[in-house]
Amino acid sequence: MNTLEKRLLNDFQRDLSPSPTPFADMAEELGVTEEDVIGVLRTLTERGVVSRVGPVFRPQRCGASCLVAMTVPETRLEAVAELVSAFPEVNHNYEREHRFNLWFVITADTEDHLQALLQHIEWQTGLATLSLPMQAEYHIDLGFPLQWD
Amino acid sequence: MNTVIDATDRRIIAATQEGLPLTPRPYAMIAAQLGLDAGDVMDRMQRMLDSGAIRRIGAVPNHYALGFKGNGMSVWDVPDDTIKEAGQTIGALDFVSHCYHRPRHLPTWPYNLFAMVHGRDRAEVDEKVHHIAAILGANNRGHEVLFSTRILKKTGLRIAG
Repeated sequence: MNTLEKRLLNDFQRDLSPSPTPFADMAEELGVTEEDVIGVLRTLTERGVVSRVGPVFRPQRCGASCLVAMTVPETRLEAVAELVSAFPEVNHNYEREHRFNLWFVITADTEDHLQALLQHIEWQTGLATLSLPMQAEYHIDLGFPLQWD
Repeated sequence: MNTVIDATDRRIIAATQEGLPLTPRPYAMIAAQLGLDAGDVMDRMQRMLDSGAIRRIGAVPNHYALGFKGNGMSVWDVPDDTIKEAGQTIGALDFVSHCYHRPRHLPTWPYNLFAMVHGRDRAEVDEKVHHIAAILGANNRGHEVLFSTRILKKTGLRIAG
């Protein structure tokens, strides 16, 4: 990874404020051209090093959201994970090494809709869900310091 | 602070949640797609930033692709009357990307504080978890680290437009 790529990744996780020409603004700060910035961001996105360039929304301010855990028998894990992931309201789904081995986040427009989805998942799988809604947030995700070797 | 998201805001969220177009005037392009004025789109996004509905706007690194493969969810049982202080201390650590208070479900789930710990590998995450344990001291009544073994679905927040 070259220096411009590193700087774009590390310094611009939070600084793309709404501006008519945000990439030109970044370029000016870095002393490069707008084409350089856009080109590098395109390359990084194509390589998968950057998931996307844009806003990170905070789920609970945009509807109801809940972290959910399930204990799924190993033999059924793939099928249950597939069923859960098929809901468009599910935006993260991880297998974790624990008795609770399936962890996902559900985001819905209302709390009622969220509860209905959880009930639906329980009926379809015959398995219990553990609801872990956020009660307080102690860290506002402003990006992640990347330490290069 | 005004945190109300209206129908137009939701259309903007739907149009930008997969990322901004990498063109010189991305907000103008989004505005054109939605039949809105570019200034209105930028004002609304700024308002969502100010209210906290948008955490940040920028490059979203894929930590996994960057070699931070030791994503460990550490979970802690801390006394309720100390959770705020503990959460603020742990949340301020630079290797913690998310720190939340969530409910216990006794007896199956005794943990009320969640901290996502990032490192290059498990050993590095374990080391950082020990560091958290040392900070919490006697307020750590029990903890575990849950490592992810597979990502089964990962998308940004999805809202239908």
